[in-house]
Amino acid sequence: MSGLEDLYREIILDHYRSPRNRGELPSPPAHRVEGFNPLCGDEIVVYVEVDDAAKGDAAVVSDIRIGGQGCSISQSSASMMSAAVKGHTVGEIRDLTRSFKSMMSIHEEGLEGGEVDDPGEADALELGDLEALRGVVKFPVRIKCATLSWNTLAQGLDEAAAATT
Amino acid sequence: MPMAERPPAVTDTLDVDAVRADVPILGRRIHDRRLVFLDSAASSQRPTAVLDAMDDYYRTTHANVHRAAYTLAEEATNALEGARGDVANFIGAADPAEIIFTKNATEAINLVARSWGAANLRHGDAVLLSQLEHHANIVPWQQLAAELGFEIRWIPLTEDATLDLGDIEQLLDGVKLLSITAMSNVVGTITPVRRLADLAHQAGALVCVDACQFVPHLPTDVSALGADFLAFSGHKMLGPTGIGVLWARRDLLDEMPPFLGGGGMILDVSLDGFVPAELPHKFEAGTPPIAEAVGLGAAVRYLSELGMAAVRSHEVELTRYAMSTLTERFGDKLTIHGPADAGVRGGVMSFAFGDLHPHDLSQVLDQHGVCIRPGHHCAKPLMRVLGVGATARASWYVYNDESDIDALGDALAEAGDFFTF
Ligand SMILES: Cc1ncc(COP(=O)(O)O)c(C=O)c1O
Repeated sequence: MSGLEDLYREIILDHYRSPRNRGELPSPPAHRVEGFNPLCGDEIVVYVEVDDAAKGDAAVVSDIRIGGQGCSISQSSASMMSAAVKGHTVGEIRDLTRSFKSMMSIHEEGLEGGEVDDPGEADALELGDLEALRGVVKFPVRIKCATLSWNTLAQGLDEAAAATT
Repeated sequence: MPMAERPPAVTDTLDVDAVRADVPILGRRIHDRRLVFLDSAASSQRPTAVLDAMDDYYRTTHANVHRAAYTLAEEATNALEGARGDVANFIGAADPAEIIFTKNATEAINLVARSWGAANLRHGDAVLLSQLEHHANIVPWQQLAAELGFEIRWIPLTEDATLDLGDIEQLLDGVKLLSITAMSNVVGTITPVRRLADLAHQAGALVCVDACQFVPHLPTDVSALGADFLAFSGHKMLGPTGIGVLWARRDLLDEMPPFLGGGGMILDVSLDGFVPAELPHKFEAGTPPIAEAVGLGAAVRYLSELGMAAVRSHEVELTRYAMSTLTERFGDKLTIHGPADAGVRGGVMSFAFGDLHPHDLSQVLDQHGVCIRPGHHCAKPLMRVLGVGATARASWYVYNDESDIDALGDALAEAGDFFTF
Protein backbone atom coordinates (compact mmCIF):
# COMPACT_ATOMS: atom_id res chain seq x y z
CA MET A 1 0.00 0.00 0.00
CA SER A 2 2.81 2.39 -0.89
CA GLY A 3 0.42 4.98 -2.35
CA LEU A 4 -1.48 5.10 0.91
CA GLU A 5 1.60 5.79 2.98
CA ASP A 6 2.24 8.84 0.81
CA LEU A 7 -1.24 10.08 1.62
CA TYR A 8 -1.42 9.19 5.27
CA ARG A 9 1.95 10.34 6.61
CA GLU A 10 2.51 9.78 10.31
CA ILE A 11 2.33 13.49 11.10
CA ILE A 12 -1.07 13.70 9.38
CA LEU A 13 -2.42 10.85 11.47
CA ASP A 14 -0.96 12.50 14.57
CA HIS A 15 -2.83 15.74 13.88
CA TYR A 16 -5.96 13.73 13.09
CA ARG A 17 -5.79 11.82 16.38
CA SER A 18 -4.80 14.85 18.49
CA PRO A 19 -6.06 17.93 16.69
CA ARG A 20 -4.54 21.24 17.80
CA ASN A 21 -6.66 24.29 18.61
CA ARG A 22 -9.86 22.29 18.59
CA GLY A 23 -12.90 24.11 20.04
CA GLU A 24 -14.70 27.42 19.87
CA LEU A 25 -14.05 31.10 20.57
CA PRO A 26 -16.67 33.60 21.68
CA SER A 27 -18.03 35.30 18.60
CA PRO A 28 -17.79 38.28 18.58
CA PRO A 29 -15.03 39.25 19.01
CA ALA A 30 -13.91 36.19 16.98
CA HIS A 31 -15.25 35.66 13.46
CA ARG A 32 -17.05 32.37 12.99
CA VAL A 33 -17.07 30.91 9.47
CA GLU A 34 -18.46 27.60 8.23
CA GLY A 35 -17.09 25.65 5.31
CA PHE A 36 -18.73 22.68 3.56
CA ASN A 37 -17.39 19.98 1.33
CA PRO A 38 -20.53 19.04 -0.59
CA LEU A 39 -18.78 15.95 -1.95
CA CYS A 40 -18.45 14.12 1.34
CA GLY A 41 -20.58 16.13 3.72
CA ASP A 42 -17.65 17.41 5.76
CA GLU A 43 -18.33 20.58 7.69
CA ILE A 44 -15.70 22.75 9.28
CA VAL A 45 -16.08 25.77 11.53
CA VAL A 46 -13.21 28.22 11.86
CA TYR A 47 -13.16 30.77 14.69
CA VAL A 48 -10.57 33.43 14.03
CA GLU A 49 -9.70 36.39 16.21
CA VAL A 50 -7.94 39.25 14.42
CA ASP A 51 -6.39 42.00 16.53
CA ASP A 52 -6.68 45.48 15.05
CA ALA A 53 -8.22 44.19 11.85
CA ALA A 54 -8.20 47.74 10.53
CA LYS A 55 -4.44 47.39 10.07
CA GLY A 56 -5.18 45.13 7.10
CA ASP A 57 -2.34 42.79 6.22
CA ALA A 58 -0.40 43.95 9.27
CA ALA A 59 -3.16 42.86 11.67
CA VAL A 60 -2.35 39.79 13.76
CA VAL A 61 -4.36 36.59 14.15
CA SER A 62 -4.15 36.28 17.92
CA ASP A 63 -6.24 33.13 18.25
CA ILE A 64 -7.91 30.45 16.20
CA ARG A 65 -10.12 27.42 16.92
CA ILE A 66 -11.43 24.66 14.71
CA GLY A 67 -14.78 22.90 15.03
CA GLY A 68 -16.83 20.57 12.85
CA GLN A 69 -16.20 17.08 11.52
CA GLY A 70 -14.38 15.56 8.64
CA CYS A 71 -11.96 13.02 7.31
CA SER A 72 -8.34 12.70 8.39
CA ILE A 73 -7.12 14.88 5.55
CA SER A 74 -9.47 17.80 6.19
CA GLN A 75 -9.07 17.55 9.96
CA SER A 76 -5.31 17.29 9.95
CA SER A 77 -4.97 20.08 7.40
CA ALA A 78 -7.13 22.29 9.63
CA SER A 79 -5.12 21.36 12.70
CA MET A 80 -1.76 22.06 11.05
CA MET A 81 -3.12 25.27 9.59
CA SER A 82 -4.27 26.48 13.00
CA ALA A 83 -0.83 25.82 14.49
CA ALA A 84 0.93 27.48 11.56
CA VAL A 85 -1.08 30.70 11.47
CA LYS A 86 -1.56 31.53 15.14
CA GLY A 87 0.33 34.72 16.08
CA HIS A 88 1.08 35.64 12.48
CA THR A 89 -0.06 38.63 10.47
CA VAL A 90 -2.89 38.49 7.99
CA GLY A 91 -0.41 39.22 5.20
CA GLU A 92 1.82 36.31 6.20
CA ILE A 93 -1.18 34.03 6.43
CA ARG A 94 -2.37 35.00 2.98
CA ASP A 95 1.09 34.19 1.60
CA LEU A 96 1.11 30.87 3.39
CA THR A 97 -2.35 30.10 2.04
CA ARG A 98 -1.13 30.81 -1.46
CA SER A 99 1.89 28.54 -0.98
CA PHE A 100 -0.25 25.78 0.42
CA LYS A 101 -2.73 26.00 -2.40
CA SER A 102 -0.03 26.00 -5.02
CA MET A 103 1.35 22.85 -3.43
CA MET A 104 -2.11 21.33 -3.70
CA SER A 105 -2.83 22.50 -7.22
CA ILE A 106 0.13 21.07 -9.06
CA HIS A 107 -2.29 19.08 -11.19
CA GLU A 108 -5.16 21.50 -10.90
CA GLU A 109 -5.58 24.82 -12.61
CA GLY A 110 -7.73 27.76 -11.69
CA LEU A 111 -7.82 27.51 -7.91
CA GLU A 112 -8.76 31.01 -6.89
CA GLY A 113 -6.02 33.14 -5.37
CA GLY A 114 -4.19 34.64 -8.32
CA GLU A 115 -1.23 33.18 -10.11
CA VAL A 116 0.11 29.89 -8.97
CA ASP A 117 3.48 30.24 -7.30
CA ASP A 118 6.34 27.98 -8.15
CA PRO A 119 6.39 25.48 -5.28
CA GLY A 120 10.12 25.90 -4.73
CA GLU A 121 12.42 25.51 -1.76
CA ALA A 122 11.49 28.80 -0.13
CA ASP A 123 7.89 27.70 0.16
CA ALA A 124 8.95 24.33 1.52
CA LEU A 125 10.62 26.10 4.46
CA GLU A 126 7.60 28.13 5.27
CA LEU A 127 5.14 25.27 4.96
CA GLY A 128 6.95 23.16 7.54
CA ASP A 129 4.76 20.30 8.78
CA LEU A 130 2.23 21.14 6.11
CA GLU A 131 4.66 19.62 3.60
CA ALA A 132 3.35 16.27 4.79
CA LEU A 133 0.15 16.98 2.87
CA ARG A 134 2.02 17.08 -0.43
CA GLY A 135 1.05 13.46 -1.09
CA VAL A 136 -2.59 14.51 -1.37
CA VAL A 137 -2.06 15.78 -4.92
CA LYS A 138 -1.71 12.17 -6.04
CA PHE A 139 -5.31 11.65 -4.91
CA PRO A 140 -7.13 14.46 -6.70
CA VAL A 141 -10.52 13.88 -5.07
CA ARG A 142 -8.91 14.56 -1.70
CA ILE A 143 -7.51 18.00 -2.63
CA LYS A 144 -10.81 19.59 -1.66
CA CYS A 145 -10.54 17.94 1.75
CA ALA A 146 -7.09 19.47 2.28
CA THR A 147 -8.07 22.96 1.15
CA LEU A 148 -11.42 23.20 2.94
CA SER A 149 -10.09 24.79 6.13
CA TRP A 150 -7.85 27.18 4.19
CA ASN A 151 -10.70 28.48 2.08
CA THR A 152 -12.79 28.84 5.20
CA LEU A 153 -10.05 30.75 7.00
CA ALA A 154 -9.55 33.02 3.98
CA GLN A 155 -13.24 33.83 4.10
CA GLY A 156 -12.96 34.59 7.82
CA LEU A 157 -10.03 36.96 7.23
CA ASP A 158 -11.97 38.71 4.46
CA GLU A 159 -14.96 39.10 6.75
CA ALA A 160 -12.80 40.43 9.56
CA ALA A 161 -11.27 43.01 7.21
CA ALA A 162 -14.65 43.96 5.77
CA ALA A 163 -16.13 44.44 9.24
CA THR A 164 -13.73 47.32 9.93
CA THR A 165 -14.58 49.43 6.89
CA MET B 1 -43.05 -3.60 13.46
CA PRO B 2 -46.76 -3.82 12.80
CA MET B 3 -46.62 -1.71 9.62
CA ALA B 4 -43.75 -3.58 7.97
CA GLU B 5 -44.67 -5.12 4.67
CA ARG B 6 -42.72 -8.24 3.85
CA PRO B 7 -41.60 -8.42 0.25
CA PRO B 8 -42.84 -11.45 -1.70
CA ALA B 9 -41.66 -14.90 -0.67
CA VAL B 10 -38.65 -16.07 -2.57
CA THR B 11 -37.74 -19.42 -4.01
CA ASP B 12 -35.70 -19.37 -7.19
CA THR B 13 -31.93 -19.23 -7.24
CA LEU B 14 -29.54 -17.15 -9.23
CA ASP B 15 -26.49 -18.46 -11.09
CA VAL B 16 -24.13 -15.71 -9.97
CA ASP B 17 -21.09 -17.20 -11.72
CA ALA B 18 -22.93 -17.06 -15.02
CA VAL B 19 -23.95 -13.46 -14.38
CA ARG B 20 -20.39 -12.50 -13.47
CA ALA B 21 -19.16 -14.03 -16.70
CA ASP B 22 -21.65 -11.81 -18.57
CA VAL B 23 -20.33 -8.54 -17.08
CA PRO B 24 -17.01 -7.66 -18.73
CA ILE B 25 -15.94 -4.87 -16.38
CA LEU B 26 -15.69 -7.37 -13.53
CA GLY B 27 -12.58 -8.73 -15.25
CA ARG B 28 -10.73 -5.48 -14.54
CA ARG B 29 -7.98 -5.26 -11.99
CA ILE B 30 -7.62 -2.24 -9.70
CA HIS B 31 -4.29 -1.65 -7.95
CA ASP B 32 -3.41 -5.16 -9.06
CA ARG B 33 -6.38 -6.68 -7.27
CA ARG B 34 -9.61 -8.19 -8.50
CA LEU B 35 -12.31 -5.52 -8.86
CA VAL B 36 -14.80 -5.92 -6.01
CA PHE B 37 -17.64 -3.67 -7.06
CA LEU B 38 -19.91 -2.82 -4.13
CA ASP B 39 -21.46 0.43 -5.34
CA SER B 40 -24.40 -0.67 -7.47
CA ALA B 41 -26.80 1.49 -5.47
CA ALA B 42 -25.08 4.46 -7.08
CA SER B 43 -24.90 2.87 -10.52
CA SER B 44 -24.72 -0.74 -11.63
CA GLN B 45 -22.44 -2.36 -14.18
CA ARG B 46 -23.86 -3.91 -17.33
CA PRO B 47 -23.80 -7.28 -19.08
CA THR B 48 -22.64 -7.85 -22.63
CA ALA B 49 -26.25 -8.29 -23.73
CA VAL B 50 -26.90 -4.61 -22.95
CA LEU B 51 -23.62 -3.36 -24.42
CA ASP B 52 -24.15 -5.39 -27.59
CA ALA B 53 -27.74 -4.27 -28.02
CA MET B 54 -26.67 -0.62 -27.99
CA ASP B 55 -23.62 -1.18 -30.13
CA ASP B 56 -25.62 -3.19 -32.63
CA TYR B 57 -28.30 -0.52 -32.74
CA TYR B 58 -25.73 2.16 -33.61
CA ARG B 59 -23.92 -0.07 -36.12
CA THR B 60 -26.95 -1.32 -37.99
CA THR B 61 -30.08 0.65 -37.29
CA HIS B 62 -29.73 4.22 -36.12
CA ALA B 63 -31.81 7.02 -37.59
CA ASN B 64 -34.01 9.58 -35.91
CA VAL B 65 -37.33 8.12 -34.89
CA HIS B 66 -40.88 8.86 -36.07
CA ARG B 67 -42.08 10.76 -39.10
CA ALA B 68 -39.83 9.23 -41.72
CA ALA B 69 -40.75 6.75 -44.40
CA TYR B 70 -37.43 5.03 -44.87
CA THR B 71 -36.53 1.62 -43.52
CA LEU B 72 -33.85 2.64 -41.01
CA ALA B 73 -36.09 5.21 -39.38
CA GLU B 74 -38.88 2.71 -39.16
CA GLU B 75 -36.56 0.14 -37.57
CA ALA B 76 -35.25 2.71 -35.10
CA THR B 77 -38.81 3.65 -34.19
CA ASN B 78 -39.64 -0.01 -33.69
CA ALA B 79 -36.57 -0.43 -31.49
CA LEU B 80 -37.61 2.51 -29.31
CA GLU B 81 -41.22 1.42 -29.05
CA GLY B 82 -40.22 -2.20 -28.52
CA ALA B 83 -38.12 -1.12 -25.55
CA ARG B 84 -41.07 0.84 -24.22
CA GLY B 85 -43.14 -2.33 -24.37
CA ASP B 86 -40.44 -4.34 -22.58
CA VAL B 87 -40.25 -1.78 -19.79
CA ALA B 88 -44.05 -1.70 -19.50
CA ASN B 89 -44.10 -5.48 -19.13
CA PHE B 90 -41.32 -5.38 -16.59
CA ILE B 91 -43.29 -3.20 -14.17
CA GLY B 92 -46.77 -4.49 -14.97
CA ALA B 93 -47.97 -1.33 -16.71
CA ALA B 94 -51.31 -1.73 -18.47
CA ASP B 95 -50.28 0.29 -21.52
CA PRO B 96 -46.85 1.11 -23.03
CA ALA B 97 -48.09 4.68 -23.57
CA GLU B 98 -47.86 5.07 -19.78
CA ILE B 99 -44.07 4.71 -20.00
CA ILE B 100 -42.42 8.11 -20.42
CA PHE B 101 -38.69 8.02 -21.16
CA THR B 102 -36.79 10.71 -19.28
CA LYS B 103 -33.11 11.40 -18.64
CA ASN B 104 -33.18 9.70 -15.21
CA ALA B 105 -35.33 9.29 -12.11
CA THR B 106 -34.54 12.83 -11.07
CA GLU B 107 -36.05 14.21 -14.26
CA ALA B 108 -39.04 11.89 -13.88
CA ILE B 109 -39.82 13.30 -10.42
CA ASN B 110 -39.27 16.84 -11.67
CA LEU B 111 -41.74 16.08 -14.44
CA VAL B 112 -44.37 15.11 -11.88
CA ALA B 113 -43.66 18.26 -9.86
CA ARG B 114 -43.58 20.66 -12.79
CA SER B 115 -46.49 19.20 -14.70
CA TRP B 116 -48.93 17.59 -12.27
CA GLY B 117 -47.73 19.59 -9.27
CA ALA B 118 -47.84 23.03 -10.86
CA ALA B 119 -51.33 22.32 -12.24
CA ASN B 120 -52.78 20.86 -9.05
CA LEU B 121 -51.02 22.27 -5.99
CA ARG B 122 -51.65 25.63 -4.47
CA HIS B 123 -51.33 27.63 -1.27
CA GLY B 124 -52.93 25.73 1.61
CA ASP B 125 -52.26 22.28 0.12
CA ALA B 126 -49.73 19.84 1.50
CA VAL B 127 -47.27 17.33 0.06
CA LEU B 128 -46.09 14.50 2.30
CA LEU B 129 -42.54 13.13 2.04
CA SER B 130 -40.46 10.99 4.39
CA GLN B 131 -37.15 11.62 6.09
CA LEU B 132 -35.67 8.70 4.14
CA GLU B 133 -35.84 10.51 0.83
CA HIS B 134 -33.09 11.07 -1.70
CA HIS B 135 -32.63 14.74 -2.61
CA ALA B 136 -34.23 13.90 -5.98
CA ASN B 137 -37.51 13.46 -4.12
CA ILE B 138 -37.05 16.48 -1.88
CA VAL B 139 -35.63 19.41 -3.80
CA PRO B 140 -38.17 19.45 -6.70
CA TRP B 141 -40.94 19.77 -4.10
CA GLN B 142 -39.08 22.46 -2.17
CA GLN B 143 -38.54 24.41 -5.39
CA LEU B 144 -42.21 24.17 -6.28
CA ALA B 145 -43.34 24.95 -2.73
CA ALA B 146 -41.25 28.12 -2.80
CA GLU B 147 -43.23 29.21 -5.85
CA LEU B 148 -46.70 27.98 -4.95
CA GLY B 149 -46.67 28.22 -1.18
CA PHE B 150 -47.88 24.73 -0.31
CA GLU B 151 -46.71 22.95 2.82
CA ILE B 152 -44.23 20.04 2.90
CA ARG B 153 -44.69 17.49 5.68
CA TRP B 154 -42.38 14.70 6.71
CA ILE B 155 -43.01 11.15 7.88
CA PRO B 156 -40.54 10.71 10.75
CA LEU B 157 -38.33 7.69 11.30
CA THR B 158 -37.90 5.19 14.11
CA GLU B 159 -34.55 4.30 15.68
CA ASP B 160 -33.82 1.68 13.02
CA ALA B 161 -34.59 4.05 10.13
CA THR B 162 -37.98 2.61 9.23
CA LEU B 163 -40.99 4.87 8.79
CA ASP B 164 -42.72 5.89 12.02
CA LEU B 165 -46.36 5.68 10.98
CA GLY B 166 -47.80 6.45 14.41
CA ASP B 167 -49.29 9.75 13.23
CA ILE B 168 -49.79 8.88 9.61
CA GLU B 169 -53.48 9.68 9.55
CA GLN B 170 -52.99 13.20 10.91
CA LEU B 171 -50.04 13.67 8.58
CA LEU B 172 -52.16 12.71 5.59
CA ASP B 173 -54.99 15.07 6.51
CA GLY B 174 -55.24 17.66 3.75
CA VAL B 175 -52.43 16.12 1.70
CA LYS B 176 -52.73 16.18 -2.11
CA LEU B 177 -49.68 14.04 -2.85
CA LEU B 178 -47.63 11.47 -0.97
CA SER B 179 -44.23 11.14 -2.62
CA ILE B 180 -42.18 8.38 -1.09
CA THR B 181 -39.22 6.13 -1.69
CA ALA B 182 -39.94 2.42 -2.04
CA MET B 183 -36.48 1.60 -0.79
CA SER B 184 -33.88 3.80 0.86
CA ASN B 185 -30.64 4.17 -1.08
CA VAL B 186 -28.78 4.71 2.20
CA VAL B 187 -30.07 2.23 4.77
CA GLY B 188 -31.97 -0.16 2.51
CA THR B 189 -35.29 0.21 4.31
CA ILE B 190 -38.14 -1.11 2.17
CA THR B 191 -41.21 1.00 2.88
CA PRO B 192 -44.78 -0.33 3.05
CA VAL B 193 -45.81 1.37 -0.19
CA ARG B 194 -49.08 -0.55 -0.69
CA ARG B 195 -50.30 0.19 2.79
CA LEU B 196 -49.32 3.85 2.54
CA ALA B 197 -50.92 4.13 -0.88
CA ASP B 198 -54.19 2.80 0.48
CA LEU B 199 -54.11 5.28 3.37
CA ALA B 200 -53.19 8.13 1.05
CA HIS B 201 -55.94 7.29 -1.39
CA GLN B 202 -58.48 7.16 1.45
CA ALA B 203 -57.31 10.63 2.43
CA GLY B 204 -57.81 11.82 -1.15
CA ALA B 205 -54.13 12.05 -2.04
CA LEU B 206 -52.23 10.68 -5.03
CA VAL B 207 -49.09 8.60 -4.59
CA CYS B 208 -45.74 9.11 -6.31
CA VAL B 209 -43.18 6.36 -5.73
CA ASP B 210 -39.44 6.89 -6.04
CA ALA B 211 -38.67 3.35 -7.16
CA CYS B 212 -35.09 4.03 -8.16
CA GLN B 213 -33.81 1.40 -5.71
CA PHE B 214 -36.83 -0.86 -5.94
CA VAL B 215 -37.40 -1.65 -9.61
CA PRO B 216 -33.81 -2.92 -10.12
CA HIS B 217 -34.03 -5.29 -7.15
CA LEU B 218 -37.58 -6.53 -6.49
CA PRO B 219 -40.45 -7.79 -8.61
CA THR B 220 -42.48 -4.68 -9.44
CA ASP B 221 -46.13 -4.37 -10.34
CA VAL B 222 -47.34 -0.80 -10.40
CA SER B 223 -50.97 -1.68 -9.76
CA ALA B 224 -50.11 -4.02 -6.88
CA LEU B 225 -48.05 -1.22 -5.35
CA GLY B 226 -50.98 1.15 -5.62
CA ALA B 227 -48.85 3.85 -7.20
CA ASP B 228 -50.16 6.72 -9.32
CA PHE B 229 -46.69 7.82 -10.41
CA LEU B 230 -43.48 5.78 -10.33
CA ALA B 231 -39.95 6.89 -11.20
CA PHE B 232 -36.72 4.98 -11.77
CA SER B 233 -33.36 5.16 -13.59
CA GLY B 234 -31.92 2.79 -16.19
CA HIS B 235 -28.33 2.94 -14.99
CA LYS B 236 -29.09 1.31 -11.65
CA MET B 237 -30.60 -1.78 -13.30
CA LEU B 238 -27.92 -2.97 -15.74
CA GLY B 239 -28.99 -0.37 -18.30
CA PRO B 240 -27.17 2.67 -19.64
CA THR B 241 -26.93 6.16 -18.16
CA GLY B 242 -29.01 8.88 -19.77
CA ILE B 243 -32.37 7.15 -19.55
CA GLY B 244 -34.98 7.01 -16.83
CA VAL B 245 -38.64 6.24 -16.67
CA LEU B 246 -41.76 7.89 -15.39
CA TRP B 247 -44.73 5.59 -15.29
CA ALA B 248 -48.09 7.16 -14.46
CA ARG B 249 -51.73 6.19 -14.75
CA ARG B 250 -52.96 7.02 -18.22
CA ASP B 251 -55.88 9.17 -17.05
CA LEU B 252 -53.46 11.34 -15.05
CA LEU B 253 -51.04 11.71 -17.96
CA ASP B 254 -53.93 12.63 -20.25
CA GLU B 255 -54.90 15.49 -17.94
CA MET B 256 -51.39 16.76 -17.27
CA PRO B 257 -49.87 19.62 -19.28
CA PRO B 258 -46.61 18.87 -21.16
CA PHE B 259 -43.36 19.29 -19.24
CA LEU B 260 -40.67 20.32 -21.74
CA GLY B 261 -41.66 21.87 -25.05
CA GLY B 262 -40.19 21.36 -28.51
CA GLY B 263 -40.16 18.91 -31.37
CA GLY B 264 -41.70 15.49 -31.02
CA MET B 265 -44.21 16.49 -28.35
CA ILE B 266 -46.69 18.29 -30.62
CA LEU B 267 -49.57 17.39 -32.89
CA ASP B 268 -49.69 20.84 -34.42
CA VAL B 269 -47.96 24.18 -34.07
CA SER B 270 -49.13 27.50 -35.46
CA LEU B 271 -48.18 31.09 -34.83
CA ASP B 272 -50.90 31.18 -32.20
CA GLY B 273 -49.89 28.14 -30.21
CA PHE B 274 -49.56 24.36 -30.20
CA VAL B 275 -51.57 21.20 -29.72
CA PRO B 276 -49.70 18.54 -27.73
CA ALA B 277 -49.09 15.08 -29.17
CA GLU B 278 -50.65 11.85 -27.96
CA LEU B 279 -49.12 9.91 -25.11
CA PRO B 280 -46.35 9.13 -24.51
CA HIS B 281 -44.85 11.62 -26.97
CA LYS B 282 -46.52 14.56 -25.27
CA PHE B 283 -43.92 14.21 -22.51
CA GLU B 284 -40.92 13.41 -24.71
CA ALA B 285 -39.78 16.67 -26.26
CA GLY B 286 -36.81 16.49 -28.62
CA THR B 287 -34.94 13.47 -29.94
CA PRO B 288 -35.35 10.75 -27.32
CA PRO B 289 -32.50 8.60 -25.93
CA ILE B 290 -33.03 5.88 -28.53
CA ALA B 291 -29.90 3.77 -28.05
CA GLU B 292 -30.34 4.11 -24.30
CA ALA B 293 -33.91 2.85 -24.58
CA VAL B 294 -32.63 -0.10 -26.59
CA GLY B 295 -30.08 -0.76 -23.83
CA LEU B 296 -32.70 -0.49 -21.12
CA GLY B 297 -34.95 -2.87 -23.07
CA ALA B 298 -32.10 -5.40 -23.17
CA ALA B 299 -31.49 -4.86 -19.44
CA VAL B 300 -35.06 -5.61 -18.41
CA ARG B 301 -35.12 -8.67 -20.65
CA TYR B 302 -31.90 -9.85 -19.02
CA LEU B 303 -33.34 -9.27 -15.54
CA SER B 304 -36.59 -11.00 -16.49
CA GLU B 305 -34.62 -14.03 -17.62
CA LEU B 306 -32.84 -14.15 -14.28
CA GLY B 307 -36.23 -13.77 -12.65
CA MET B 308 -36.82 -10.87 -10.27
CA ALA B 309 -37.86 -13.24 -7.48
CA ALA B 310 -34.48 -14.92 -7.80
CA VAL B 311 -32.75 -11.53 -7.83
CA ARG B 312 -34.53 -10.55 -4.64
CA SER B 313 -33.81 -13.83 -2.89
CA HIS B 314 -30.13 -13.62 -3.84
CA GLU B 315 -29.86 -10.12 -2.41
CA VAL B 316 -31.61 -11.04 0.84
CA GLU B 317 -29.20 -13.94 1.27
CA LEU B 318 -26.20 -11.76 0.57
CA THR B 319 -27.45 -9.06 2.96
CA ARG B 320 -27.93 -11.65 5.66
CA TYR B 321 -24.46 -13.04 4.99
CA ALA B 322 -22.88 -9.59 5.10
CA MET B 323 -24.65 -8.47 8.26
CA SER B 324 -23.89 -11.66 10.16
CA THR B 325 -20.31 -12.36 9.05
CA LEU B 326 -19.12 -8.77 9.34
CA THR B 327 -20.77 -8.31 12.73
CA GLU B 328 -19.20 -11.53 13.92
CA ARG B 329 -15.81 -10.44 12.68
CA PHE B 330 -15.77 -6.85 13.91
CA GLY B 331 -18.21 -6.77 16.82
CA ASP B 332 -18.78 -3.32 18.27
CA LYS B 333 -16.35 -1.74 15.85
CA LEU B 334 -18.97 -2.07 13.14
CA THR B 335 -22.25 -0.15 13.35
CA ILE B 336 -24.77 -1.06 10.67
CA HIS B 337 -27.46 1.59 10.16
CA GLY B 338 -31.05 0.68 9.41
CA PRO B 339 -33.26 -2.36 10.09
CA ALA B 340 -31.61 -5.40 11.69
CA ASP B 341 -33.72 -7.86 9.66
CA ALA B 342 -32.21 -8.52 6.23
CA GLY B 343 -35.66 -9.61 5.04
CA VAL B 344 -37.03 -6.06 5.18
CA ARG B 345 -34.03 -4.39 3.58
CA GLY B 346 -32.58 -4.13 0.13
CA GLY B 347 -28.98 -4.93 -0.73
CA VAL B 348 -27.58 -1.72 0.68
CA MET B 349 -25.56 -1.47 3.87
CA SER B 350 -24.53 1.84 5.37
CA PHE B 351 -22.14 1.50 8.23
CA ALA B 352 -19.63 3.13 10.52
CA PHE B 353 -16.32 1.42 11.21
CA GLY B 354 -14.79 2.50 14.50
CA ASP B 355 -14.23 6.22 14.34
CA LEU B 356 -12.72 5.97 10.88
CA HIS B 357 -14.13 8.59 8.58
CA PRO B 358 -15.96 7.02 5.58
CA HIS B 359 -13.81 9.01 3.19
CA ASP B 360 -10.61 7.58 4.65
CA LEU B 361 -12.13 4.13 4.78
CA SER B 362 -13.10 4.09 1.14
CA GLN B 363 -9.65 5.37 0.18
CA VAL B 364 -8.01 2.43 1.93
CA LEU B 365 -10.55 -0.03 0.52
CA ASP B 366 -9.81 1.24 -2.97
CA GLN B 367 -6.24 0.02 -2.55
CA HIS B 368 -7.77 -3.45 -2.22
CA GLY B 369 -9.88 -3.04 -5.33
CA VAL B 370 -13.00 -2.73 -3.15
CA CYS B 371 -15.39 0.02 -4.32
CA ILE B 372 -17.71 1.38 -1.67
CA ARG B 373 -19.13 4.89 -1.45
CA PRO B 374 -18.54 7.40 1.34
CA GLY B 375 -20.67 10.48 1.87
CA HIS B 376 -24.20 11.66 2.48
CA HIS B 377 -25.60 9.73 -0.50
CA CYS B 378 -27.83 12.66 -1.48
CA ALA B 379 -29.89 12.19 1.65
CA LYS B 380 -28.77 14.92 4.04
CA PRO B 381 -32.01 14.99 6.06
CA LEU B 382 -31.56 11.25 6.73
CA MET B 383 -27.91 11.84 7.74
CA ARG B 384 -29.17 14.28 10.37
CA VAL B 385 -31.63 11.70 11.70
CA LEU B 386 -28.83 9.11 11.87
CA GLY B 387 -26.72 11.74 13.64
CA VAL B 388 -23.78 11.39 11.25
CA GLY B 389 -22.21 13.62 8.61
CA ALA B 390 -21.53 10.74 6.28
CA THR B 391 -21.67 6.96 6.10
CA ALA B 392 -19.73 4.31 4.26
CA ARG B 393 -22.09 2.37 2.01
CA ALA B 394 -21.63 -1.01 0.39
CA SER B 395 -24.31 -2.28 -1.98
CA TRP B 396 -24.67 -5.49 -3.99
CA TYR B 397 -26.47 -6.76 -7.00
CA VAL B 398 -26.87 -9.79 -9.27
CA TYR B 399 -23.14 -10.14 -9.94
CA ASN B 400 -21.94 -10.02 -6.34
CA ASP B 401 -21.42 -13.06 -4.16
CA GLU B 402 -20.06 -14.07 -0.76
CA SER B 403 -16.47 -13.68 -1.96
CA ASP B 404 -17.11 -9.96 -2.47
CA ILE B 405 -18.40 -9.62 1.08
CA ASP B 406 -15.37 -11.53 2.34
CA ALA B 407 -13.11 -9.19 0.36
CA LEU B 408 -14.87 -6.24 1.99
CA GLY B 409 -14.25 -7.81 5.40
CA ASP B 410 -10.55 -8.39 4.65
CA ALA B 411 -10.13 -4.83 3.42
CA LEU B 412 -11.91 -3.46 6.50
CA ALA B 413 -9.57 -5.46 8.72
CA GLU B 414 -6.57 -3.98 6.94
CA ALA B 415 -8.02 -0.48 7.17
CA GLY B 416 -8.43 -0.99 10.91
CA ASP B 417 -4.78 -2.09 11.13
CA PHE B 418 -3.62 0.80 8.99
CA PHE B 419 -5.23 3.38 11.22
CA THR B 420 -4.52 1.22 14.28
CA PHE B 421 -7.49 1.61 16.51
C1 LIG C 1 -33.71 6.52 -4.05
C2 LIG C 1 -33.16 7.31 -5.19
N1 LIG C 1 -33.92 8.23 -5.79
C3 LIG C 1 -33.48 8.96 -6.81
C4 LIG C 1 -32.21 8.82 -7.30
C5 LIG C 1 -31.76 9.68 -8.43
O1 LIG C 1 -31.39 8.91 -9.52
P1 LIG C 1 -30.72 9.63 -10.77
O2 LIG C 1 -29.50 10.29 -10.26
O3 LIG C 1 -30.42 8.50 -11.70
O4 LIG C 1 -31.71 10.58 -11.31
C6 LIG C 1 -31.37 7.89 -6.71
C7 LIG C 1 -29.99 7.72 -7.20
O5 LIG C 1 -29.02 7.86 -6.49
C8 LIG C 1 -31.86 7.11 -5.64
O6 LIG C 1 -31.09 6.20 -5.05
